[in-house]
Amino acid sequence: MEGSRKGAVDMLAGADLSLGLPGGDGAKLDFVRTGCKRGFSATEVDLKLDLNAKESPSSVEKVKPADPARPPAKAQVVGWPPVRSYRKNVMAHNNKNSSDEDQAAEKGVASGAAAALSFVKVSMDGAPYLRKIDLKMYKTYKELSDALGKMFGSFTAGNYEAHQGMIDFMNENKLKGLLNSSDYVSTYEDKDGDWMLVGDVPWEMFIASCKRLRIMKGSEAIGLAPRAMEKCKGRG
Amino acid sequence: MSENNHHLHHPQQNHFCPAETMSEDEEPSRPSPPPPELGSKKTRNCAAVHPSPHSDRVLEIVLEHVLQFLTASRDRNAASLVSKSWYRTEALTRSDVFIGNCYSVSPARVTTRFPRVRSVVIKGRPRFADFNLMPQNWGGHFGPWVATMGKAYPLLERVYLKRMSLTDRDLCLLADSFTKFKELVLVCCEGFGTSGLTAVVSKCRQLRVLDLSDTEVSYDGVDWISYFPEGETCLESLIFDCVECPINFEALESLVARSPALKKLRLNREVSIGQLYRLMVSAPNLTHLGTGAFGHPEPQDPNNQEMDYAAAFSACKSLVCLSGFREVMPDYLPAIYSVCANLTSLNLSYANIDVEQFKSVICQCFKLQILWVLDSVYDEGLQAVAATCRDLRELRVFPLNAQEDVEGPVSEVGLQAISEGCPKLESILYFCQRMTNAAVIAMSNNCPDLVVFRLCIMGRHQPDHITGAPMDEGFGAIVMNCKKLTRLAISGLLTDRAFAYIGMYGKLVRTLSVAFAGDSDTGLKYVLEGCPKLQKLEIRDSPFGDAALVSGLHHYYNMRFLWMSTCQLSRQGCQEVARALPRLSVELLSYEENEKMDDDTVDVLYMYRSLQGPRDDAPQFVTIL
Repeated sequence: MEGSRKGAVDMLAGADLSLGLPGGDGAKLDFVRTGCKRGFSATEVDLKLDLNAKESPSSVEKVKPADPARPPAKAQVVGWPPVRSYRKNVMAHNNKNSSDEDQAAEKGVASGAAAALSFVKVSMDGAPYLRKIDLKMYKTYKELSDALGKMFGSFTAGNYEAHQGMIDFMNENKLKGLLNSSDYVSTYEDKDGDWMLVGDVPWEMFIASCKRLRIMKGSEAIGLAPRAMEKCKGRG
Repeated sequence: MSENNHHLHHPQQNHFCPAETMSEDEEPSRPSPPPPELGSKKTRNCAAVHPSPHSDRVLEIVLEHVLQFLTASRDRNAASLVSKSWYRTEALTRSDVFIGNCYSVSPARVTTRFPRVRSVVIKGRPRFADFNLMPQNWGGHFGPWVATMGKAYPLLERVYLKRMSLTDRDLCLLADSFTKFKELVLVCCEGFGTSGLTAVVSKCRQLRVLDLSDTEVSYDGVDWISYFPEGETCLESLIFDCVECPINFEALESLVARSPALKKLRLNREVSIGQLYRLMVSAPNLTHLGTGAFGHPEPQDPNNQEMDYAAAFSACKSLVCLSGFREVMPDYLPAIYSVCANLTSLNLSYANIDVEQFKSVICQCFKLQILWVLDSVYDEGLQAVAATCRDLRELRVFPLNAQEDVEGPVSEVGLQAISEGCPKLESILYFCQRMTNAAVIAMSNNCPDLVVFRLCIMGRHQPDHITGAPMDEGFGAIVMNCKKLTRLAISGLLTDRAFAYIGMYGKLVRTLSVAFAGDSDTGLKYVLEGCPKLQKLEIRDSPFGDAALVSGLHHYYNMRFLWMSTCQLSRQGCQEVARALPRLSVELLSYEENEKMDDDTVDVLYMYRSLQGPRDDAPQFVTIL
């Protein structure tokens, strides 16, 4: 114990404790080595003072050497920076929903982080509260339909089976047949702020552009049909 | 009571019950209970103890009365060391128990020594578990505690848990066991759902505080808000801003309307701005408000024009603490202008607003003492803070984009400005992509009252970005000049020199967080040998090995815990420590289950003093030496 304390004091004394602006300490790397040679046990670890080969056995897949000019992109390390997952998730979600795409690009949001979460709100006419779902958890419209059916199953009065075919996603043919029924219809708000019928576009396009979902009564969906068709044609 | 005798002979070694002597640097602040009236025969914990006065009994009765004025655990621990009589009397009169590490002592031991407890604080997982550095299901279960306390403390009023795991059944047991239960505070906890909450709110009729800050609650379909009993409630504080569950608004609105004592209300992001409006109108006496989403009105909200949000805020004359803004639409921010002048605490750390929007708010907050923001306010925003908030005590700047190798909006410029404008600063947490020693040194000189200094330069091993030097001098200045410093988190490129400074000057440091720092064992040795008050040491990915570990043997019984992950420890080194210190629980955690026994290098070392010996609920990936 004595030896190391002495070592510490000598190390600091030798290096001038003025703590002024760094810049005069060109020999910073050397003194550490000298200090360590005083009175420590023999099992001291080799000093690795070469900045370029900083090798701590970290939990990262591969560590690229630190290039003084501009380090190449490092693989993301577990738990670093130390921000709690809850906060990371919330901010990623908020970034995605931000309508200002320039803002997102400027902040350099990795597409990985933004795409990792696609929570959208789902509301159903007549239900007392909204739900939030992660679209990325589903691969097809059918899966989504089943999930929504389970979620909102308790709220529909009348003629539904609890699970199957409860919320039927529209295609152009079915739409006409449904206009006068009390069946529920799923609609979504896309990136442009337009309300569209769920089911028109390929799944990938849907989850990329869907900002929120609303399950409304079939009779109220009349006005959507023409716009939906126009938009589909526009997208080609 | 052998420990009792032991420590009377060796006062320097804290071998007595570690649980009660741990540091309180993070003990949640609450107003100390008013001293009991001496004249009253109903002084709790007192009258029943010694029914018949007797010559030396008289002294004990006097002692009981006197001890009731001692509320701080540390003082009580000291009092308990004076003599057997004092130990006994103190134990019988202690009403607040603080357990800094749930595995340091068994529940039975606590209830045996302290039979008349009204309030309990228990902490579980170490902090690095928040960052996925600890495998799941490590432990920290509330179950054994509530089972034992349920029988021993029927009059328990308050439970505060941090980083513990609870089940619905635990909460049901709590609700059934404690008829006078008043306060439940769960910070960073998980493991239960809305069913558990339902049990508490429906059965604990005297519930005053329900605080679920940063706690995960799973939604199992039960609408817990509607289970508060009918009629007026005693609720003073309802905090659920991080609970990701849908909320039945009608039930919430009714609850707020029939809770006349409600002062603190923090809503989750499921509550829309229109719903917030209605709540504020019915509860203008709030002192602490978490606004929920604060975004676009929802389809179910009435027409926007009918809502005068600014008037709703103006009506809240007592509002001093504002948070929320979980999905903020900046257009609605001006509604809060009227309360800015009264605010002492403002949390915008989930609000992605730009510099101008931020400045328009902050320039009015001249009484602000606590500010949490995102780095999207830029250095310019921090300069505005420095210009207005002369009284600032605590600042936290979180990253909008928590990654390395991106351009950062805040830098040494912001830190320098804050140091110049906010001389009363006591606590800072600052995430940035670049920093200089000069700015850190400036802060050490300008803010002598700093107690907590946590700087996170997000790029690993990042040097001073102007000089290219390590960040040793900056952190050295902090420990040298900030004489009240008790908590320090370091980052950036750091050599053993930084640790030498900490060991030399950090005489009051109790908590130290280290990541990707240091050159050799020497660094850690400096700290273990130089910092007598060190209680909590958490290290990751730093080149410290067995030699360093062994150099701290003299100190580990005085610490709450040591965490070292992905360092250069070997199993033998840890074994040596375990052999030398029998009352230390030395846990080795493995990231890969199957490699536990073969590999000699240690993934995670987590060790802590414990009176109860190795715990029996350790999962597969934990080896206790």
